[in-house]
Amino acid sequence: MGDLAGQDGPLRAVPLAPYRVLDLTTELGWLCGKILAELGAEVVKVEPPGGDLDRDTDAWRAYNVGKRSLVLDLDSPDGRRLLLRLAASADFLVESFPPGHLDRLGLGWERLHRLNPRLVMTSITPYGPEGPWATAPASDLELMAAGGAVWLAGDPDRPPVRISLPQAACWASAYAAAGTLIAHHHRAATGRGQHVDCSAQASLIPAIVHAPIFWAMEGILPHRSGPFLVGRNVHGAPMRNVWRCRDGHVSFALYGGEAGRRSTAALFGWMAERGMVPEALRDVDWQGFEGPVASPEQVALAEAAIAAFLATLTKREFYRGAIERRILGYPVATAEDILADEQLAAREAWQELDGVRHPSGYARFDGLPARPASGIPEVGELGWHVAEVSGD
Amino acid sequence: MRPRALEGLKVVEFGGFAAGPQVGKHLADHGAEVIHVETRRRLDGFRTNYPPFKDGVPGPERAAMFAMTHNDKLGVTLNLKTEAGVELARRLIRRADAVIENFTPGTMARLGLGYETLAREHPELVLLSTCNQGQTGPHAGHPGFGTHLTAMSGFINLTGWPDRDPSLLWGPYIDYIAVAYGVIALLAALDERRRSRRGCHIDLSQYETGLQFVAPLLIEYQRTGRLRERDGNRDPGAVPHGVYPCAGEEVWCAISVHDDREWERLRRALGYPAWAPPRSGLEARRSAEAAIDRGLAEWTSRRSREEVIARLRRARVHVAPVNDMRDLFADPQLERRRIWRHLTHPVMGEHLAVGPPFHLPETPARIERGAFLLGQHNREVFCGLLGLGEQEYRTLEREGVFD
Repeated sequence: MGDLAGQDGPLRAVPLAPYRVLDLTTELGWLCGKILAELGAEVVKVEPPGGDLDRDTDAWRAYNVGKRSLVLDLDSPDGRRLLLRLAASADFLVESFPPGHLDRLGLGWERLHRLNPRLVMTSITPYGPEGPWATAPASDLELMAAGGAVWLAGDPDRPPVRISLPQAACWASAYAAAGTLIAHHHRAATGRGQHVDCSAQASLIPAIVHAPIFWAMEGILPHRSGPFLVGRNVHGAPMRNVWRCRDGHVSFALYGGEAGRRSTAALFGWMAERGMVPEALRDVDWQGFEGPVASPEQVALAEAAIAAFLATLTKREFYRGAIERRILGYPVATAEDILADEQLAAREAWQELDGVRHPSGYARFDGLPARPASGIPEVGELGWHVAEVSGD
Repeated sequence: MRPRALEGLKVVEFGGFAAGPQVGKHLADHGAEVIHVETRRRLDGFRTNYPPFKDGVPGPERAAMFAMTHNDKLGVTLNLKTEAGVELARRLIRRADAVIENFTPGTMARLGLGYETLAREHPELVLLSTCNQGQTGPHAGHPGFGTHLTAMSGFINLTGWPDRDPSLLWGPYIDYIAVAYGVIALLAALDERRRSRRGCHIDLSQYETGLQFVAPLLIEYQRTGRLRERDGNRDPGAVPHGVYPCAGEEVWCAISVHDDREWERLRRALGYPAWAPPRSGLEARRSAEAAIDRGLAEWTSRRSREEVIARLRRARVHVAPVNDMRDLFADPQLERRRIWRHLTHPVMGEHLAVGPPFHLPETPARIERGAFLLGQHNREVFCGLLGLGEQEYRTLEREGVFD
């Protein structure tokens, strides 16, 4: 890449270095601004007097890294006037207020577009700006439910569940950032900005998109099935994917295809070395075993033997063996496991801020990570003055 | 007709399943010319191993997941184990702005299509390599599927009940996180290229993109020593916070209450039931959580989901249907956004396609052409775009170059 970061910081990729972003997001859109900041854009986070109320939460710290904070009171005429001045020269504006909120403040798309026709403005909302649900209150749980993700997770004999860590805002923010950069590409060619509209509910469809096809094509309603994969075996056999081991769980399944057959054969080879292949399975040609077409009886027999074997291993032993033998499987990791992962250490996939490691640098551009230049912003570090923001 | 945002952008795509080709799908939706290169010698897993298939009959042209991943692209077949096949791939790449690949690290180089080789003849090329754990590091070469990688990134341990085994999420959850980041990284690199006139190699780790979505978990553990695990539907900041049964079989709704005023509104809407104590404060509600959950479930289970939702929405309480897969096709918000599309296909008749979650009003996505058959656009691409003569094309075909 041509551009590098400043002399004093570590080298990082800054493909979006020329651009300034006004970030007016609530929790629903924090990550969108962070994504642009870690690609080198200057992201000015507009906070109300006193700063965001949730500043001390882990999510706030995770998703506002790399932004610079400017305190502006959008409820005051002065604050709105300053925001308009900033918007006149900004490249992007990202916001996630309820639909219509900025219009009511006189800061809506029409006004900003007249002021700055190049501006790409991105609005992230729970359900989109219009429609019967547009203004319904929505937290992570409701969005995960409306987006179809809750229906698919959990045990069949209990209510369906969400992931026990908010996800909808991440999906909304990541797809909003993708849409923003597509609009930017068009603006770079034509000089015309536009108003990108991203729905959090719609952003969850990619997360689960394999399931609705069964309804659309076959009239089958996929169901939550706990640790089992369903819909991968033509006879309808559930395939276990999460297995108990000595200190937690590991992930493995009887897949088909060349890679799947090789993986199954490698696991049974390992089991044979430990004398853990039962009599009834000794003559099976695992190189020819196709999980997706195997009979439910075959699957049950094989899975009982695998369960007994995996129960003797720790997560770490399983993973080390899986790597050596090219078995398709991984540990079911906790935060502790992730923080201790050798691969992440080798790739320097962390950024240490105030003694806490943040996951950082998901992509390397010619070896240089996408990584924020600055850490967690102090409230109002850019002050109240436009001059300080633009550096003139 | 309005222009599309990525018109003029040329992309060549190698690989299979979702993680690479879905990046190309988003670009194709917005007008990029995306040429997907595959081989008959080793078919895409989405063509062969992923139900559902049309009429339940497996076959490479009958696979719904493959179709959903490849609308509005051109599909060609090339045997990259032949010299002429590699040369044709290079010619496609020389006229492209970007290449997307999601093979196991090292595969492109072994095929003679490594970044160094390609960049020598095309310095402006942007190559996006997306794989499980990145191109470098001790575990780079370890093969894996998205479902397992979803487990290693922490999501599975966070899903389910504390007294049970973790629950799976449907499908390769993490793949589509990496897809969004892949689109982002590729477009950022193309933007930089406009200024520098130089391309680059993007090494994207799907694992590391997933960690962005669990960053608060990792930070919390370091700050407090608390190891957050799956906890049903409970939330540290809201009570009640759960999924409750409505009248009927497997009909559910999600309800949550985030502060005292909302709690008061819920109590009023329900007629101040005895199980809903007037106590204020999260901790007071937390101490009565089990009774509240039972009472609320009893109330919801005697009513239709429509009634539960209408009454709680009037009271401005957080509520939503737990949409099942059929509901997703009738959801008024998703319908308004035209998320679901139906495209024609020569073998399947019709297949399901998905519109983007974001709308670009000046340059709307167009989801028009169904997925291609194996090698459907070989002539159009190799003769039309690369200028092979008919004779030459037939000779190469006989030699198995288009296998």
